[in-house]
Amino acid sequence: MNVGAEIQQAFVVCISAVFTQNILLAYFLGLCPFIGVSREIKTAFGLGLAVIFVLTATVMLNWLAYRYVLEPLGLEFFRFILFIIIIAAFVQFTEMAIERFSPFLYQKLGVFLPLITVNCAILGASLFMVIRNYSFIVTIGWGLGSGTGWFLAIMAMAGIRQRLAHERIPRGLQGPGITLIIAGLMALAFIGFTGVLQGR
Amino acid sequence: MVLSILISVLVVSSIGGGLAALLVVSEHYLANYGPCDVTINDDKKLTIQGGKNLLSVLTEQKIFIPSACGGRGTCGLCKLKVLEGAGDLLPTEEPYLDQQERASNVRLSCQVKVRNNLRIEIPSELLSLQEYACRCAKIVDLTHDIKLFRLELVEPAEMSYIPGQYVQLLTPVYEKSSEEVYRAYSIASDPSEKGFIDLIIRLVPGGICTTYCFEYLKEGDDVKINGPYGDFRLSQTEAPMIFIAGGSGMAPIKCILHHMKNTNNPRKAVYYFGANRVDELFLTDEMRQFESELAAFRYVPVVARPEEGQNWDGQTGLVTEAVAREMENAADSEAYLCGSPGMIDAAIKVLIDLGVTEDKIYYDKFA
Ligand SMILES: Cc1cc2nc3c(=O)[nH]c(=O)nc-3n(C[C@H](O)[C@H](O)[C@H](O)COP(=O)(O)OP(=O)(O)OC[C@H]3O[C@@H](n4cnc5c(N)ncnc54)[C@H](O)[C@@H]3O)c2cc1C
Ligand code: FES
Repeated sequence: MNVGAEIQQAFVVCISAVFTQNILLAYFLGLCPFIGVSREIKTAFGLGLAVIFVLTATVMLNWLAYRYVLEPLGLEFFRFILFIIIIAAFVQFTEMAIERFSPFLYQKLGVFLPLITVNCAILGASLFMVIRNYSFIVTIGWGLGSGTGWFLAIMAMAGIRQRLAHERIPRGLQGPGITLIIAGLMALAFIGFTGVLQGR
Repeated sequence: MVLSILISVLVVSSIGGGLAALLVVSEHYLANYGPCDVTINDDKKLTIQGGKNLLSVLTEQKIFIPSACGGRGTCGLCKLKVLEGAGDLLPTEEPYLDQQERASNVRLSCQVKVRNNLRIEIPSELLSLQEYACRCAKIVDLTHDIKLFRLELVEPAEMSYIPGQYVQLLTPVYEKSSEEVYRAYSIASDPSEKGFIDLIIRLVPGGICTTYCFEYLKEGDDVKINGPYGDFRLSQTEAPMIFIAGGSGMAPIKCILHHMKNTNNPRKAVYYFGANRVDELFLTDEMRQFESELAAFRYVPVVARPEEGQNWDGQTGLVTEAVAREMENAADSEAYLCGSPGMIDAAIKVLIDLGVTEDKIYYDKFA
């Protein structure tokens, strides 16, 4: 496939990862911070941006590690461990670098970075990229799209929860209960996007 | 087969090792902020190695700032004015600071990292807080997961505190923790016993400090505490009082009761103490003793789930349910609560329903 066609495919994959195959609302990955950190738009924004950044960067790194280390040695089954190690190291490193060089970015993103190592959407995205055999360029689109999809979902949820803060919710549903129900409704709404795009 | 196992182990460990080495090297260069000056009250200047948070830097210098969560950013007690050099407010600090505090540069010292020169203000009463070297004189089992630790003050040999206050206990580096941590524990002793501090500690499974106390600390060992801290104390009014506690929340209330006895305080008081099972009640004899020695004091132990065969004839259910059942109107009362955040929040609701005004509810959350 030539580069132009790949870029085109990357674009399609990116858009479909945002809408039709949203990593959160279609695959339910990264639910834990999604429920825990979606109480305010402001914090959701910070965490969401950090996810976009880390997700895009780590799928690229993991793609390289998979293609040039694991595949030649026939060690594909080690991808789980290797991907996690790479993600953890990358997050650590980024946190240090951001803290050192950009107080502004650190203030916006830095405090959320440690939360991300345990966000399974990050690992999930890397594993999907392997299963689906994406090329490097398509992987970039996939990472960017998945991150943006997660960002979009948590922002929408935070907006809804901020409104709900002053509503009377039945006792047993307060907190995570109502959040999960809303997530389910949002997932249903996102199904509406299927058919707009048949992304692969 | 063997070869492929060897190769795979080699590959994964070398990648892991390589990344770790990379992190160590970059930490050396990136997280090295060089020496920084911290100027306190425009008077004292400390020169320290940058890179750590302000709270731990000050603690290392034996300047003790109240902190109950050990720097996790969840208690909001470690507030200090940082006049210069702290950078912008972090999202982790926002929930604990109101408009006025933000305007006067108040920050959570456990969240502020020392990266450059700082100018800070510490109230003089905090500068006079001390560290006390103690010896663990006695350890008494109270229930299956609560022990009383009696500490003998060695240097200084006495501590003056207000009943209800807490101290911070230093957990040294030990097998299960690679750094020193401080945790808050309320003073449970009789204030008239000058040379001793009693702590009542409940084991938190996997907890750094409580595991140390329960499994490593032995009678005769040296321990360090600092303090005293906190505003939990008896008010100066005549209003009747409702004490509510559970588990190790017994500690500050016991201290307050000793103090009431020592000062012949005639105020009316009732103490609801909650436990899950009958064998989780403790110090019942002491409490009954207070009933006979204090002018108008009543002790009401409440057991959530008494087992068959324990012939429990006292109050049952949650401690908050017992309060709601026994009291009708408590509008003129003050309430003193101690224990887990969950219990305290539940108790506050019940008390407000009973007519207690919010400003008359005093509490210490053990979180
Ligand atoms: C003002 C104040 C007074 C206190 N007085 C007392 C006292 O008199 N007696 C006493 O036993 N404790 C008291 N505490 C609680 C105490 O300071 C510690 O938080 C607690 O002992 C746990 O310390 P750790 O180092 O063992 O656990 P950590 O290593 O800090 O925590 C381990 C895990 O347990 C969780 N955890 C922390 N504390 C609790 C808890 N209380 N219950 C359930 N889970 C918890 C943490 O979130 C963490 O995930 C007080 C706390 C405050 C704020
Ligand atoms: S020490 Fe608890 S918030 Fe800073």
